[in-house]
Amino acid sequence: MIWVDTIVQGVLLGGLYALFAAGLSLVFGIMRLVNLAHGDLIVLAAFVILTMAGALGLHPFVAVLIAAPVMFAVGWLLQTYVLNRVLGDDILPPLLVTFGLSVVIQNGLLEGFSADSQKLSAGPIEAASIKLGPIAVGVMPLLTLVSAIVVIFALNQLFYRTKLGRAFRATSDDAVTAGLMGIRPRNVFAIATGIAMVVATIAALYLGIRANFDPTIGPARLIYAFQAVIIGGLGSLWGTLAGGIVIGVAQGLGAAINPEWQILAGHIAFVLVLLIRPRGLFPRAND
Amino acid sequence: MSAPVLTISNLTAHYGDFQALFGVDLTLEQGQALAVIGANGAGKSTLMRAITGILPSPRDAITLNGRAIGHLSAPEVLEAGISMVPEGRKLFPSLSVEENLLIGAHARTGNGYWTLERLYDLFPILRERRHNPGTALSGGQQQMVAIGRALMSNPTVLLCDEISLGLAPVVIRDIYATFPKIRESGASVIVVEQDIGQALRIADHVCCMMEGRITLSGAPTDLSRDAIHNAYFGVSA
Amino acid sequence: MKNTLTKSVAVLLFVGLALVPVLGTRAMVQDLFMVLTLLILALNWNMLAGFAGLVSVGQQAFVGIGAYAMFAAVILWGLDPLVGIAIGGVAAIVLAVPIAFFTFRLNGAYFAIGTWVAAEIVRLSLAQWKALGGGTGTSLPKGTTKDMFGVDLIKDALDMSSSAASDALTYWLALLLAAVTLVSGYVFLRSRMGLGLQAIRDNAEAARSVGVDPIRLKAAVYLLTAFGTGLCGALLFIQITRVTPDAAFDVVDWTAFVIFITVIGGIGTLPGPVVGVIVFYALQRTLADYGTIYLIVLGLIGIAIMLFARKGLWGIFTAKTGIELLLLRHRAPKRS
Ligand SMILES: Nc1ncnc2c1ncn2[C@@H]1O[C@H](COP(=O)(O)OP(=O)(O)OP(=O)(O)O)[C@@H](O)[C@H]1O
Ligand SMILES: [Mg+2]
Repeated sequence: MIWVDTIVQGVLLGGLYALFAAGLSLVFGIMRLVNLAHGDLIVLAAFVILTMAGALGLHPFVAVLIAAPVMFAVGWLLQTYVLNRVLGDDILPPLLVTFGLSVVIQNGLLEGFSADSQKLSAGPIEAASIKLGPIAVGVMPLLTLVSAIVVIFALNQLFYRTKLGRAFRATSDDAVTAGLMGIRPRNVFAIATGIAMVVATIAALYLGIRANFDPTIGPARLIYAFQAVIIGGLGSLWGTLAGGIVIGVAQGLGAAINPEWQILAGHIAFVLVLLIRPRGLFPRAND
Repeated sequence: MSAPVLTISNLTAHYGDFQALFGVDLTLEQGQALAVIGANGAGKSTLMRAITGILPSPRDAITLNGRAIGHLSAPEVLEAGISMVPEGRKLFPSLSVEENLLIGAHARTGNGYWTLERLYDLFPILRERRHNPGTALSGGQQQMVAIGRALMSNPTVLLCDEISLGLAPVVIRDIYATFPKIRESGASVIVVEQDIGQALRIADHVCCMMEGRITLSGAPTDLSRDAIHNAYFGVSA
Repeated sequence: MKNTLTKSVAVLLFVGLALVPVLGTRAMVQDLFMVLTLLILALNWNMLAGFAGLVSVGQQAFVGIGAYAMFAAVILWGLDPLVGIAIGGVAAIVLAVPIAFFTFRLNGAYFAIGTWVAAEIVRLSLAQWKALGGGTGTSLPKGTTKDMFGVDLIKDALDMSSSAASDALTYWLALLLAAVTLVSGYVFLRSRMGLGLQAIRDNAEAARSVGVDPIRLKAAVYLLTAFGTGLCGALLFIQITRVTPDAAFDVVDWTAFVIFITVIGGIGTLPGPVVGVIVFYALQRTLADYGTIYLIVLGLIGIAIMLFARKGLWGIFTAKTGIELLLLRHRAPKRS
């Protein structure tokens, strides 16, 4: 019974990792860009929510509605003025620029908010739990997983059912030919990064409510997100959800054996999956 | 004589240090079908890329209905009214047939002659295959999608780069059989071909290219086979 | 002609630096030691990312394993720290084999994060090594560095305290390692294999068609740079004398700084890391009091370089002056 409980908690934790990863997956799927600052941008979003909630006296769930457009703008500007300039066949510039960005954001936050641990307080809902049969499930973790499913469903609808999504896919296939269709790839990329930052903001909301955060935790979030994307298979959003769950469950099982092994277990699961299936669980056909 | 739709004057193009076009002049009249022929590497596709803004050109080297468009980017050229069926078709593999057609209308604002319905009437087979991935079709059907995609923007000028490449003669004939209808919709057409016979059959005017220059130009009826042969292969008479 | 001049200047510089422990202060020795170790790390990373196209963000794995192997040699097996350094290098190369096996499956950008994950796995695993203090780490036993082979000799010869003598010894080792890394990098890049490597970077298809096997060549570079990085890690922690998993596998200290040094100086150029480490040191001296601001400035400079001058300061210098030290390609024969 204890194992069932551990696995359920791991699946719920996987929802959080899937939220970390969804934006990364979207951006990679469209422009083959790996943003090493993704984790730090999630933390930045958490601080934006924190600031909005503090300054305006809002509940985090309301503050996120203001933070999301702010982060969309951050993503849009970042892509337009920085990242679009380094896209290309050479992978070095985008990697090094986003790595530099990661260091700048992290230390900028340290400068502005100090290294103190912060938390978004959501009130009584944090401690609430419901019984699912014999297992007690926290409302917040459940909400996180549900949000992850909703976000990934919404992104899939956007991707496969809208004009914008069509432009995303066409640009990802062949940016030059997309230009012949009147699509402006740079605009498409800017919008995609903006959307990724909105997803990052949602991830930040749950990150901040469920645990303490400080400016230095970004890189670890990046690693979990990255592992979820790779395990799921590059470019597959549902795969990313599955990948997040694999990491969450592995961490849960590791922690159940020995608390010090939690993170290690997640990493080892990642390595094992890659050794068995180098292209992840649900690889996209035409990559 | 009708007014020129597209005028190209003294157009040059480069790939890095390599010069691919040397002062090309060309005029496309309203409603005309112009064939550009030439051997491998003559610069035909380069000319198409320059017109569509994929390759940069001087502002005044290309004008469309009197407006200088040489400096525009590819999306801006499309919005100005020129669309292209690119060499090798270049369908989007992640898009279905219908989505490939719809994306041709991405930048379109108003209504126009071409709609999905009209395209499916022009190429009935595409209606049956509309939910298939674009790249799952036969070569001829893919070419139909590429033409349809280009028409969906309701272009003033339609550029077609080697439509017949790699297709069986019957298929080529079927595709070219649709051109009268395409021209009825109001588009002036430039077709690039290596296949001289096919090009001469549908064209009102022919330009022959060799090594980045136009070496011969005239109505197909006025040009002798020998003259074309010489301009094409560079053999002096 | 110009190359001979460059070489003479380099030799003079080497001799000058070698004399620092004799003529300079102990603080200078300690400062320069850190600079030299960063230079070694940067030279290795530049070879990896700049020439072999392997952008690793996980080089701290090799610094850390080198440090831990050296500590194990000293504490568990009672060996001399100098032997520990060699063991550190070997341990790094041994570790590099499974890491390469795993990360070479990942393409481009994902290779970067894959190496990082690998480093995290090693860090978390070593935190379980209770004999070396587990998560809280351990220190070298008192007096270890003073008893190092050669310290007495230096102490008597130069008439200094044993701690100054042990500083001098580690300093000379760092200088030697830096010089060997620089020279062997130069020789390697001009060799057939090195030219093949650059050909791969510039055009993988063409390189394959002339018979260079990119994977094997890259794997060789990966293992060799792991070796150099491991040696450097062991050396560093003799000087630091205390090891913890977090310090030994610190991504900022052992990889981020190194990346910025290389990028600022000029990635993919041989003198780049040398220029970068000088700029880095100058910046550190001026901005050290501002802590985080210093890192922000470094990050911004790195971004600006990537956006506007991809070959770094050295690239700007060669473009402006036309001077190319340490020519990597053999000069085309002059036409008469
Ligand atoms: N991307 C490119 N980079 C460099 N040179 C190019 C490029 N594309 C074409 N060229 C060169 O430009 C010249 C003209 O090429 P272009 O593709 O316009 O010829 P073409 O007439 O369309 O030939 P084909 O009938 O084979 O399609 C050729 O010499 C070709 O090698
Ligand atoms: Mg062509």
